[in-house]
Amino acid sequence: MTVLAGFALAALFLLSLAVGVSPLPLGRVLSDPDALQILVVSRLPRTLAAILCGAGLAIAGLIMQTLSRNRFVEPATAGTAQSAELGILLVTLFFPAAALPLKTLVAGGAALLGTSVFLATAQRLPPAQPFLVPLFGIVYGGVVGAAATYAAWQADLLQYLSVWTNGDFSGVLRGRYELLWISALMVAVAWFVADRLTIMALGREASVGLGIDYARMMQIGLVIVSVITALSVVVVGMIPFVGLAVPNIVSRLMGDNVRGTLGWVAAGGAGLVLACDIAGRLIRYPYEIPVGTVMGVVGGAIFLWLLFRRDGHG
Amino acid sequence: MVMAERRLLVLAAAALLCIAAFLAIGLRGNIAFVLELRLLKLAALVQVGVAIALSTVIFQTVTGNRILTPSVMGLDALYLFGQMLMIFLLGGIGYVALDPQLKFGIEVLLLMALASALLLPMLRSRLDMGLMLLAGVVFGVLFRSLYALLARLIDPNEFAVAQTASFANFNAVRTDLLVFAAIVTAVAAVVAWRSRHVLDVVSLGPDTATGLGIGWAGTVTGLLLLVSALVAVSTALVGPVAFFGLLVAALAERIVGTRRHGVLLPAAGLAGIVVLVGGQTLFQHALGNATALGVVIEFVGGLVFLLLLFLGSRK
Repeated sequence: MTVLAGFALAALFLLSLAVGVSPLPLGRVLSDPDALQILVVSRLPRTLAAILCGAGLAIAGLIMQTLSRNRFVEPATAGTAQSAELGILLVTLFFPAAALPLKTLVAGGAALLGTSVFLATAQRLPPAQPFLVPLFGIVYGGVVGAAATYAAWQADLLQYLSVWTNGDFSGVLRGRYELLWISALMVAVAWFVADRLTIMALGREASVGLGIDYARMMQIGLVIVSVITALSVVVVGMIPFVGLAVPNIVSRLMGDNVRGTLGWVAAGGAGLVLACDIAGRLIRYPYEIPVGTVMGVVGGAIFLWLLFRRDGHG
Repeated sequence: MVMAERRLLVLAAAALLCIAAFLAIGLRGNIAFVLELRLLKLAALVQVGVAIALSTVIFQTVTGNRILTPSVMGLDALYLFGQMLMIFLLGGIGYVALDPQLKFGIEVLLLMALASALLLPMLRSRLDMGLMLLAGVVFGVLFRSLYALLARLIDPNEFAVAQTASFANFNAVRTDLLVFAAIVTAVAAVVAWRSRHVLDVVSLGPDTATGLGIGWAGTVTGLLLLVSALVAVSTALVGPVAFFGLLVAALAERIVGTRRHGVLLPAAGLAGIVVLVGGQTLFQHALGNATALGVVIEFVGGLVFLLLLFLGSRK
């Protein structure tokens, strides 16, 4: 199965390199300098960005579901993405000259703050009604988003805002996506603490009893989620449902041991985002449909399927 | 209950005051022209306020749930999706060539069909409230994404004839649909008023209501169709509003202190007028930014929703 998944991902990778407005015959890349140029400047960065974003967001979703102990939570349904948008909007308003890394840092800080507020509040909701948590998160995100919209409106920045709210890889070129490698770093950190995350899923009492520094681990998890979400929002814009759909499907197939599923979740997220981006390039060729829109349709359908499947557990 | 009726009168007075303020403040220049413009806008605002308020109250009664509103369940997104689907199928020219009133009529019917196809099975299977809410919110996201997807598939020229607003703008209402929409709203309001006693019985829940002689399935279907028509009117006139109905319904119930529909329905309608017309007046003259009302209402309404969710779940 591992081999099969590897082949599928490799096929998507090559397909993503080949598909686009200007034809790129992969066989002639080495002999044709123009083709090589397209590959190195546009296609390769775009493909790598999709993989990094997809893997990162799927891991972020997995961590959020573990920390909140709720299957239906992910960065887009917990106010994380909207807080990051508000953060980057405010820094753009007040310090327009700030460099991209600084803006990302501020967005990450805002995401951290917004997610902490969400988790602190969500813990007070009754555990017997698991659907209240994501509902609370979605509306909470909507309220933060309304604040961002209002601020953007006052400052005539509405178009900027839509760049951050709807993920799109069409603007990704060499030199414009490299920040995303930090989310690969975050995935590595998640791998490092995976066993402790698995125990966190048992709840506070059990994890403290098993010798976990609960508060510390909570902070680490939150930082990973916030950094990955903020990077995605700043570089390509938010892609919804990745963090929701992939971990849920993986956990149905292979259980909840984070160490065992982490790789699958990352690969699944990368594959899903890459596939949606390729679909977005092909549906209305030669025009492009943003990956956020494609994912809204695909991911929304997957979410509803997860909600209504009959043998529902969790 | 005398108390409730007295408060209703106070609410009516407040609504009249807001209307008077909207018409009179800053009136100068060519008075006849300004008044005509304001009257048109007033008519639209009153309609939207009443339509959203009534549809929310009826929807809450049918679903037996105080925090559910038609737009939380994605009905307004469904309307926009239906509109885009028509443009997609007919082409921009075919769509524009249609008589606007006929077009609006088809859109209303389309929404009624789609909404009952979607909501009736959910109501029939008596889902857990949280699950139903979550499913509704996701349906909303799904239809908004489908709308965006269709919008990308059609020609940019054809896209120009679609309603582009992603949130309500109470400052730029569609006055060309006003008369037709007014008829729909008026008929729906009369039907709602005449079924106020039925609504009282329906609010007791399916079992008790059936025991008291209500044909549950038929009544609920009829009421949902009524809700769809009202949602279509408000969405067509100003665009989608997520939490305005919730805000107004919660406000009205708090003010009159009863869920008896003979009082609650008019109270909600009046509260809708007060918030919308009063808010618009305030933003136009005091805060100097008339377009922002929609966003502010979403913000406050969202907070009210979270509060209700939180309080309701702790009981």
